[in-house]
Amino acid sequence: MNSSTKTDASRAVEALFDDRELLALKRAAALKRRNRSEKRFRWAGRLSITFGMACVLFLFTDIISKGIGAFTQTYVDVEITFDQDQLGLTPQSTELEIKAASFGSFFKKALREQYPEVTERKEKRQLYALFSSDMPLILRNMVIANPALMGTTQTVSMIADDDFDTYYKHSYGRDQDEGDQIGRLSDLQESVVDSLVKSGAVVTKFNTILFTNSTSSEPELAGIKGAVIGSILTLLVTLALSFPIAVATAIYLEEFAPTNKLTDFIEVNINNLAAVPSVIFGLLGLAIFINFFGMPRSVPLIGGFVLTLMTLPTIIISSRAAIKAVPPSIREAAYGMGASKMQTVLHHVLPLAMPGMLTGTIIGMAQALGETAPLLMIGMVAFIVDTPTGITDPATVLPVQIYLWSDSPERMFVEKTSAAIMVLLAFLIFMNGFAVWLRKRLERRW
Amino acid sequence: MNLSTLLLIIILGSAVAYFAGYTRSQQIAKPIGGVRNLATLPTYYASMVSLWALIPALLVVFFWSVLDGSIISSLVKSSLPSEAKQLSDENLSLLMSQVGNVASGIGSIESLGSEYAPAVDRLNSLTAISNEAMPLLTICILVIGALWGFRAIKASNNARYTVEKIFNMMLLVCSSIAIFTTFGIVFSVLFESIHFFQKVPFFDFLLGTHWSPQIAIRADQAAASGSFGVLPLIVGTLLISFIALLIAVPVGLMSAIYLSEYASARLRGIVKPTLEILAGVPTVVYGFFAALTVAPAIRQYGDRLRDWGADNGIEFLANLAVSSESALAAGIVMGVMIIPFVSSLSDDVINAVPQSLRDGSYGLGATQSETIKKVVFPAALPGVVGGVLLAASRAIGETMIVVMAAGLAAKMTINPLEAVTTVTVQIVTLLIGDQEFDSAKTLAAFALGLFLFVITLVLNIVALKVVKKYREQYE
Repeated sequence: MNSSTKTDASRAVEALFDDRELLALKRAAALKRRNRSEKRFRWAGRLSITFGMACVLFLFTDIISKGIGAFTQTYVDVEITFDQDQLGLTPQSTELEIKAASFGSFFKKALREQYPEVTERKEKRQLYALFSSDMPLILRNMVIANPALMGTTQTVSMIADDDFDTYYKHSYGRDQDEGDQIGRLSDLQESVVDSLVKSGAVVTKFNTILFTNSTSSEPELAGIKGAVIGSILTLLVTLALSFPIAVATAIYLEEFAPTNKLTDFIEVNINNLAAVPSVIFGLLGLAIFINFFGMPRSVPLIGGFVLTLMTLPTIIISSRAAIKAVPPSIREAAYGMGASKMQTVLHHVLPLAMPGMLTGTIIGMAQALGETAPLLMIGMVAFIVDTPTGITDPATVLPVQIYLWSDSPERMFVEKTSAAIMVLLAFLIFMNGFAVWLRKRLERRW
Repeated sequence: MNLSTLLLIIILGSAVAYFAGYTRSQQIAKPIGGVRNLATLPTYYASMVSLWALIPALLVVFFWSVLDGSIISSLVKSSLPSEAKQLSDENLSLLMSQVGNVASGIGSIESLGSEYAPAVDRLNSLTAISNEAMPLLTICILVIGALWGFRAIKASNNARYTVEKIFNMMLLVCSSIAIFTTFGIVFSVLFESIHFFQKVPFFDFLLGTHWSPQIAIRADQAAASGSFGVLPLIVGTLLISFIALLIAVPVGLMSAIYLSEYASARLRGIVKPTLEILAGVPTVVYGFFAALTVAPAIRQYGDRLRDWGADNGIEFLANLAVSSESALAAGIVMGVMIIPFVSSLSDDVINAVPQSLRDGSYGLGATQSETIKKVVFPAALPGVVGGVLLAASRAIGETMIVVMAAGLAAKMTINPLEAVTTVTVQIVTLLIGDQEFDSAKTLAAFALGLFLFVITLVLNIVALKVVKKYREQYE
């Protein structure tokens, strides 16, 4: 019995140890599993932020790699003799006479003289097509600027057509299959380009056209000047309206508003407007400003109105935060000195809250600068070649220009679109950077 | 005189009034022993005079410019020949714009008909009168206002009260612009929608499964009469938004969790602003990216997959057809766009969860991920849900990405590889260009706008309620 109880006890103890071992093993396994799951979770987090960062990187490299080419333009140095007889002009000709002269046929003849072997009509047309269709106009303007050119021979830097430019920048001299070739040049055109390159006449220069021209249906002549000026005018209207209105609203709501239904209603409205899709503001602009009040379409003034209504909530919300951050002691000190409520707010609270308000305003302006949809509704999407000179001239803005160009099939427009995007992003980065700098520089911790 | 010169004159006038008021108050102060004996400082007298000059003049300019067009046109209409008065509204407005063109010298009177000559003359003379009268009236009002204010400069009159009262009124007026904007939105979309529903029955719009807004311009044209069933647009919008949320919610949420719970301050300082860049990129840039990079890439991979499927006899893949404007491309890019939105909202709510909850969980031996999954996340859930709803409202209202990358084909499909269209795309395409304002096509855009406004408004209100309710728990 003794032995049997011993065995029983030892069995029980052994069983207990078994259980404990098992438990320990189980726990170890569970711990491992839990640690693995911990690791997995961390990796999921790392993966997420890597994905986000990769998106930023990919977006920017994609845009830059597409757009960098648009900052250079191919030119061809061609010797042109300004033939007095053919143009019927002398160095003494007046501007009116020069304008009447046929530079188109003169330009074509000059090209034919360079390539006497080109005789067929179709081939001639291909030859002319290598150069921008604006060249006769540019030659004419050269002569208008300096009539003494007549009768002399000049080396003229001619703007290459977009197909030529694209071919030269992306395909020329590279081993490529026929299918991969970019740029639509015929065999004749390729051989002309080849001979031009070999003679050293083809040069690529920084593309000033991009910044000095407005949009054009010819890709090589299209620039962003008109759109940039349209954007600036629209933003000026937006700034002139939204900043004072938003600051006044913020001051009223934070400092003066009695707690009543009206104040509540204003606050509810502001919060809801902040979340209304921007395209709805376009509908508002179209129905109220253009249709009801009969204001003109396509003008920066109306664009500014619409963007003001759209950015107001953003600026109001940040201005209110800035006013809230001013400590009550400032107000109490002012009251103690006998200042009225209005004096306290205008002389003391407002200056101290100004950096925060300005930061909010700049961020609101950056938002307005990138906005497209509402401006499409109010007709700022028209093809406008003239550079706007005032807020009531028809204009387009940079994002809308990007939208319009992105629809064009020519490869050069893809390049120019990306370049316009780079300019837009540069403006935005500058504005946001300025806002951050302003906040760091002027923000006060109480 | 054009508007900007007039505004310049008004500003100059009020500046002159300011200086006049300032000098006058000092003149008054001199015999009674200096400025200290005035009821208030000279600057307040000066401001009072200048405000009296400025505000009435600006009001005159504002109301004149707003009302001028409609008053003139109603006067011109009365001098139209009698047969023109029987025309329908649409034809009448067409006629009026022709009269306007002739008056501004674009068309000739012969093309319009000589019976309209009185109307053209009337329009010309009225416009000339208006252009002369407005500056004259404005300047008169400016001078009268300034004199009125000038008269009120007295040592006993506390001008500060007047100035502060005016300022207070101005602040209130500025604040109520938010209300006017909301009313403007509601009325503009509501009125035009009511017009629309007079032409197209409400339930045909809401439950119709076919969307083709092309309407025959002339009666003899063979085109369809146009059908306005909004369901395909809703399906397309939801499909793209769903894809976007499928990307943005996990990525945004996990980034927020990692950044707030695991990442070092340094990593956080780098990653957070970088992700915020995504929020600052204009939507037109995303649209370009979607249309020219992502969509072709998806199509290319789809084609490759199909060829591979055909080679290996996998029927499912061999029938794969990827449209060049796929819902997938627009959805993915939109998802990337709202990642920072989701992550910053989630970041806020996760940080609002009290540290004591985490400490309690650690004390019971939970690992960090268990704490997050079983304690922090459930506590933050209402806020996260609110954030996701806000993100959904963003995705539904997003315009440029879908305009550029999603296409125009109104198909009822949930296949993400096909081209679909959305509510916002249709609003934009219906309204770009010069359309007759009263056609069903244009009005349909406003009906869609109303629909969009209501949906986003409801989503926002629900989201804000959820977030607010949650925040109150820990405060």
